[in-house]
Amino acid sequence: MNPQRRLRLIGRLDIKNEFLIKGIQMEGVRKLGDPVLHARRYYEQGIDELLFLDAVASLYGRNNVFQIAEAVCRDVFVPITIGGGLRSLADIDAALGAGADRVAVCTEALKTPDFISEAARVFGSQCIVGSIQAKRRESHWEAYSDCGREASGIDVVRWAQELEALGAGELLLTSVDRDGTRQGYDVALMAAVSAAVGIPVQACGGAGGASHVREVFDGSEVEAAVVGTVLHYGVLDVGQLKGALASQGVPIRRGGASAR
Amino acid sequence: MNVNNGMTPESPTIAVLDFGLGNLTSIQNALRQVGARPALASSAAEAMAADGCILPGVGAFGAGMARLRAAGLDAAIEAFVPTGRPLLGICLGMQMLFEGSEESPDVAGLGLLRGRVRHVTGLVGGGVRVPHVAWRPLVESGPGRFREGLLAAVREADALYFVHSFAACPDSQGDQLAHVRYGDGELCAAVRRGQVFGCQFHPEKSGPVGLGIMGHFVRMCAQGAGV
Repeated sequence: MNPQRRLRLIGRLDIKNEFLIKGIQMEGVRKLGDPVLHARRYYEQGIDELLFLDAVASLYGRNNVFQIAEAVCRDVFVPITIGGGLRSLADIDAALGAGADRVAVCTEALKTPDFISEAARVFGSQCIVGSIQAKRRESHWEAYSDCGREASGIDVVRWAQELEALGAGELLLTSVDRDGTRQGYDVALMAAVSAAVGIPVQACGGAGGASHVREVFDGSEVEAAVVGTVLHYGVLDVGQLKGALASQGVPIRRGGASAR
Repeated sequence: MNVNNGMTPESPTIAVLDFGLGNLTSIQNALRQVGARPALASSAAEAMAADGCILPGVGAFGAGMARLRAAGLDAAIEAFVPTGRPLLGICLGMQMLFEGSEESPDVAGLGLLRGRVRHVTGLVGGGVRVPHVAWRPLVESGPGRFREGLLAAVREADALYFVHSFAACPDSQGDQLAHVRYGDGELCAAVRRGQVFGCQFHPEKSGPVGLGIMGHFVRMCAQGAGV
């Protein structure tokens, strides 16, 4: 266990056309407003990274997410990841060109695992995040694709190790069951996967407050916690969340634009 | 939104070397934010016309040096540095300032700083995740090194953003401005030799603290140009 382990807080924004949306277990959708304004606000409050997920890339094309990322990058200076429907090297190139530092790939990796190794070779492992959508089964978790709709029959822990071997630099691990519920992360899932790989793992799905983030940090070896739904309504802001985590001893970066 | 950010006609021009690697958009946006005029440079002439130069880079050492040489930018850097104007290498760009890297053993670096680049695991032991992806506070590598122009505004608890699998090992301890603690050891975070600077972290991705560092670099470039 790394004595210098730290936690990054990643703000997730799900995009449908030009709107920020809220998903519940990846089924329901509600429009929440302008994603660029939300992204800027999270940055000012001290978010460590931003994750833009295109919720409908396969249906309508994905220019909106790239445009949003481009606009955000003009005055938001933290790392940005784009995901959702990225299927080719050209897609990745376009995402990086729009200002993303990394791309998250889920469905295409399950269909064509070599896509990950090719992408890692061309763009570098640190640019490629293997995205896993996990649904609980009795004794294990199954990897899903297409926003948690299509079962793959593949065990998540085994798939995580495969993604690492293929060259992914990091893993974005989402519990489909917990997503949008604000009832806490699937800590057992995060523990099982983070113990099985040597690359950083990001926990995603279910964050409702600081205690959940602390639980997943203490209960697994994840190095990042993704928060989405809980931020969008402004009930809890990034500054409050980080303050609570810091006071509970979680090693997290302090400060946003207002702190200087 | 202020379209011009801090730019004025007197803003120093900073050449961002373009050899196809690195988040050039973010670097340019950050430069504008701190009052500089960014200019993508893919030739020696474009670099020589600037008040300062940034060598970006993300990815593998071998690929980086090959692309840099193919674009003739290694020669551009070799012409630029002796003029005394500041040069800043970021991430892979910092690594390329050194003599070589374990990542690509047969490839020569620029050799502007003495020393080689090694894999993180070899430097800090096993038990750490690679790549090293984290916001980490800098530690001064020697007394007063934060007072060097580049890191003058950095405070003890300020964290900067790192994402890398290899780190530089300067031959001369005096060249190292700052390091971070990782695993059981330390990783070189920032270096300086004369007017050549390097940051392993991404100042253009490290929020307000990173912008502060970019701002100090820009000020050094402005001073050099007599602006």
